[in-house]
Amino acid sequence: MAATPTTVPTSAGPSRPAPAGYWQRLRGGDEAAYIITFMAAASILAITAMLVLELYANSAASRGKFGWNFLFTSTWDPVNDQFGALPFIYGTVVTSFLALLLGIPLGVGAAIFLAELAPPKISDGLTFLIELLAAVPSVIYGLLGVFVLIPILRSIEPTLKAVLGWTPFFTGPFYGVSLFSAGVVLAVMIIPFIISISREVILSVPNDQREAALALGATRWESTWDIVVPYAKKGIMGSIFLALARSLGETMAVTMVVGNDPKIKASLLAPGYSIAAVIANEFTEATGQMYTSALIELGLVLFALTIVINGMARLMIIGADKYKA
Amino acid sequence: MTDLHTLRRKTVNVVMLTVTGLCTLFAAGTLVYILGYLFVHGATSLTWAFFTKLPTPVGESGGGMANAIVGSGKLLLLASLFGIPIGFLGGVYLAEFGGTTFSYIIRYVTDLLNGVPSIVIGIFAYTLIVLPQKHFSTLAGGLALGVMMIPIAVRSTEEFLRAVPNSLREGAMALGASKAKSILTVVIPAAKNGIMTGIMLNVARVAGETAPLLFTSFGNRYWSSGWDQPISALPVMIFTYAIAPYEDWHKQAWAAGFVLLSLVLTVNIIARAVLSSKKHVAR
Repeated sequence: MAATPTTVPTSAGPSRPAPAGYWQRLRGGDEAAYIITFMAAASILAITAMLVLELYANSAASRGKFGWNFLFTSTWDPVNDQFGALPFIYGTVVTSFLALLLGIPLGVGAAIFLAELAPPKISDGLTFLIELLAAVPSVIYGLLGVFVLIPILRSIEPTLKAVLGWTPFFTGPFYGVSLFSAGVVLAVMIIPFIISISREVILSVPNDQREAALALGATRWESTWDIVVPYAKKGIMGSIFLALARSLGETMAVTMVVGNDPKIKASLLAPGYSIAAVIANEFTEATGQMYTSALIELGLVLFALTIVINGMARLMIIGADKYKA
Repeated sequence: MTDLHTLRRKTVNVVMLTVTGLCTLFAAGTLVYILGYLFVHGATSLTWAFFTKLPTPVGESGGGMANAIVGSGKLLLLASLFGIPIGFLGGVYLAEFGGTTFSYIIRYVTDLLNGVPSIVIGIFAYTLIVLPQKHFSTLAGGLALGVMMIPIAVRSTEEFLRAVPNSLREGAMALGASKAKSILTVVIPAAKNGIMTGIMLNVARVAGETAPLLFTSFGNRYWSSGWDQPISALPVMIFTYAIAPYEDWHKQAWAAGFVLLSLVLTVNIIARAVLSSKKHVAR
């Protein structure tokens, strides 16, 4: 064998391009797509941060003057620049609590029926109808509250007083607009939310659970109430907290029926006020820096309140394996 | 004894079935009642002039809300121009480039923004645009509604893109397409129906928003003279007219409520039909 030249071609096969430079990758589109979508995502973060900052910065005058007392005093006197948020916080909490009191049994009951007990066809149809309710704008609920609900409440007021008049909550004159009316409107608004989320959570309970219970001789209701509902409890709680957050921040419907009177009264039949309602009513007519600043601080309070409640709701629903990323 | 026990259990079973059934009936009944009442009152109050005429002064009957209908359209246009691109691109980021800590933060912040009460968003737009400009404007109202659209746009885009099977992406890449090209020409077209439906629902949702407009676009009894001037919107008109003490205005409020609700419900029903009947993602 003759000695073969040992020179080996320096590059075999098709020549590889030099590692693509940043500019080339950008032109290939991947980098550009990444940067554009990243910027959009980052701008959501920026907008949210700006929202918090704007609320915080523009309420500086009020925060500086009243400090924490803002939350615990009940004077609302624009003429003398004295502002306390307590009547509004009270109204917001009372109306939302009332809404939950009426909404939870009805909403969870209906969700249980639709998910577990009703025949699928009826269930699908009714769920469709109820979910449409969730799409109705809140100003329409307000409109119906003013012209439909309040007349109904006026007509049942004597009965209400006869039955519950011994408590301090149903005393005094009733003008139609009241904390009670606002609570009822809110209840009607949050029921579809509770139903549609709770129903989904209940439907996601594994069938083994039901089958095991039924095989052991449980009745339909026993399997539902003792096995399925406890399994779905966290998710149902989550739906309730979401509903609570929504009712705390609800503006239009409440503004139209709550009565707009910044006083703290035990009676639910008396007119009241809520945080969102006072912002809606007085923001445009607020003269003077302190007045506007106080209203913006109310916005900050409302923001903080709903963020905390929403956060709790998410935790519970994620705990219940929903909204899994 | 056992029989009594069984009887009790069976009774509880029937009673609770009935009770929860009644809850459902009540919830659904409320809907039928509400819609029925609104449709009857609204339809009888609705006139052709409602769509063509300006509001009349107090005491003068007739008139319409033509300016509010156009106003709502302009506000929604601005809101869509602002909210949808950010929301859509953000959703693409989460679905296609996600999986990082940053995307977790974005998801969390989006949820947070979604939970912010609409009136607070109104304050935000007010401090951002109305305060420096010193007057109410269409622009501020559009911004407020646009911010409200972002979270839902992100969520629905991400959801529908995620529903596109990975094999499509892999197929495109195997044929040599870059990631950007596969997203643009394969993934997004596959999810197109779902995303468009999501956008329609989103627009329908903010179309009914009133609170963020009260102190941004404010309202206007005449045609708005420009994008930086106050403008009328249908939901705000419903609010103003419903709480006013004039019978004539109440009728107009019912008519406006009827128009608004018909619009919102029609979009919702169509969207649901699209999403449930057809496969909204090509496979």
